[in-house]
Amino acid sequence: MEEPGLREIGCEQSPLSRPDGSATFMQGDTSVLAGVYGPAEIKFSREIYDKSTVEVMVRPKVGLPAIQEKNQEQLIRETCESVILGTLHPRTSITIVLQVINDGGSLLACFLNAACMGMMDAGLPMRAMFCGVTCVLDSDGQLTIDPTTKEQKESRAVLTFAIESTEKRILTISSRGVYSTAELQRCIAAAQLSAQKIFHFYRDSAKRRYSKS
Amino acid sequence: MRETPLSSCERAFLLQAITDKKRVDGRQTYDYRNIKITFGTEYGCCIVELGKTRVLGQVSCELVAPKMNRPTEGILFFNLELSSMASPAFETGRPSELLVKLNRLLERCLRNSKCIDTESLCVQAGEKVWQIRVDLHLLNHEGNIMDAASIAAVAALCHFRRPDVSVQGEEVTVYSPEERDPVPLSMHHMPICVSFAFFQQGTFLLVDPSEREERVMDGLLVIAMNKHREICTIQSSGGIMLLKEQVLRCSKVAGVKVAEITELIQKALENDRKIRKEGGKFGFAESLPDQKITALKIEKNVVDTSNVKDKAEKIISESQPPSDVVTKPVVRAVGTAQIGEGIENTWGELEEEEDEEEEDEDDDDADIVSTSIESDKVTEKPAKKTSADIVISDSEEEDVVILQPEPQAKASSSQAPEEDQDKSPVRKTPHSKKKKKRSSH
Repeated sequence: MEEPGLREIGCEQSPLSRPDGSATFMQGDTSVLAGVYGPAEIKFSREIYDKSTVEVMVRPKVGLPAIQEKNQEQLIRETCESVILGTLHPRTSITIVLQVINDGGSLLACFLNAACMGMMDAGLPMRAMFCGVTCVLDSDGQLTIDPTTKEQKESRAVLTFAIESTEKRILTISSRGVYSTAELQRCIAAAQLSAQKIFHFYRDSAKRRYSKS
Repeated sequence: MRETPLSSCERAFLLQAITDKKRVDGRQTYDYRNIKITFGTEYGCCIVELGKTRVLGQVSCELVAPKMNRPTEGILFFNLELSSMASPAFETGRPSELLVKLNRLLERCLRNSKCIDTESLCVQAGEKVWQIRVDLHLLNHEGNIMDAASIAAVAALCHFRRPDVSVQGEEVTVYSPEERDPVPLSMHHMPICVSFAFFQQGTFLLVDPSEREERVMDGLLVIAMNKHREICTIQSSGGIMLLKEQVLRCSKVAGVKVAEITELIQKALENDRKIRKEGGKFGFAESLPDQKITALKIEKNVVDTSNVKDKAEKIISESQPPSDVVTKPVVRAVGTAQIGEGIENTWGELEEEEDEEEEDEDDDDADIVSTSIESDKVTEKPAKKTSADIVISDSEEEDVVILQPEPQAKASSSQAPEEDQDKSPVRKTPHSKKKKKRSSH
């Protein structure tokens, strides 16, 4: 039995020149490109008088965005809204565009990670970082972190968590399938442990970028 | 979000530089920016970088029924998307004029030049053919979208492998990549677009204009050509008058550029094929630059989840279970039951009251009749009815009457003065209400 763990992680900050912030995030074969614009001007009709309007766009690789993408957009938007200090930039828009480059499983988690790195690159004020972790439970109750597409398909339940960095609390849970409370707690605990590794990676890549050495 | 406008001094500077045969990025007139082609892990997926302009291409296929007029030909579909990631000016939703123009040009360049053998995509004539879909996403707009898109489309099409199929009688079997190796598309040639930007009414010309140069150009000439120097499409836009010599010169330049680009694509394809054959690592993750300080990669990371179970159990054991609520249903009548805290149900009480009222009213009616009989005023009865009839026609007035009994008294006094003395206005109220109700029934 293979030990549970995260696949190799890769990240490039500012790969694009046009957006205010951008990042490519890779987890194994899964790869997402994020572009962040903001705080920027906004249409009067969409303006919120005391905070910034966060907009997330998820773009699939083939075809046009459908229901599933809309659902993911909403999930990511709500997660981002909970950490962005929007009150510092009232009447502005923050647009996050997420482009699927390759889907090799744990796509939602990768979206979240790319969005966070993109926002970090754009220099948006945030109260905490966040990361996405996907866990799957197979029919024997075996837990796998950061699954591939195949593992996701064969699983009984797929749970994706968004975890914030300060106290490793849960921001979002998205799940599919059947699982017990004990299994949920197990997944949360495992996700929190994985989140620590991902935050460590965030820190390392920021360090590499901003330190002189 | 609106596009940042180009200031007049920037415009003047760019035009001056072009007149001096200089380009802002240090290129010569006929120089292309660096082209980088990377392929993904999937077949038919590539990213093309033309300088900082970036296009993602993905080819996919599907078995569909062919078009009625072409039963033996596969279908080719191109879709270029200008994602709002590429530039803040690109809005999602309604396709812009630029997008329509680019898509049309792409179709003319690739579909109408018959670079792909569509007949080889036929599985069963008139029944099933392959539909090849090419999705192109612009990720970063730094000028010359068309050239980057055409390179991405051609590279993705060359890289793509469709599943193998076999036909036995009526039955079509599609084999998974594990069963049979996927087959490449048969490409006749590779048409590549080369863009020429014209300045100062065609006096100056630049190959591969950058975004800034595109903003100050007067006209654009796009030539699609293959390496055999066959022109596939030519389009001049912007409304400039070009001389015959200029067009010929451009086509010569295009021929050279196309040969270079075609070679580059083939080299990239060859590289990818070699790596795949040797079983090495491929995909975008491998193309991540190692030296850049903005990029970081870490290897597989084992997460120690051994104590996770204990932790979960601890949390569950510490948590308070929600208090059990015992429900005792009370059977009030056959076929009904009540659960909850035993508070009387208040639903439907209003109706009940009304019903009671109606009953009361009936009694009242009887009373009235009896009183009227008692008072021996036989003539009064029809008179009362007429007044009631008036009330039916104008119920609102009647409502007012209830609140202000005095004017009613005055009004009715003219009709039946005896009755007025007989009954108080309060008494009259339920009666008229009843009448109203009847009218509604």
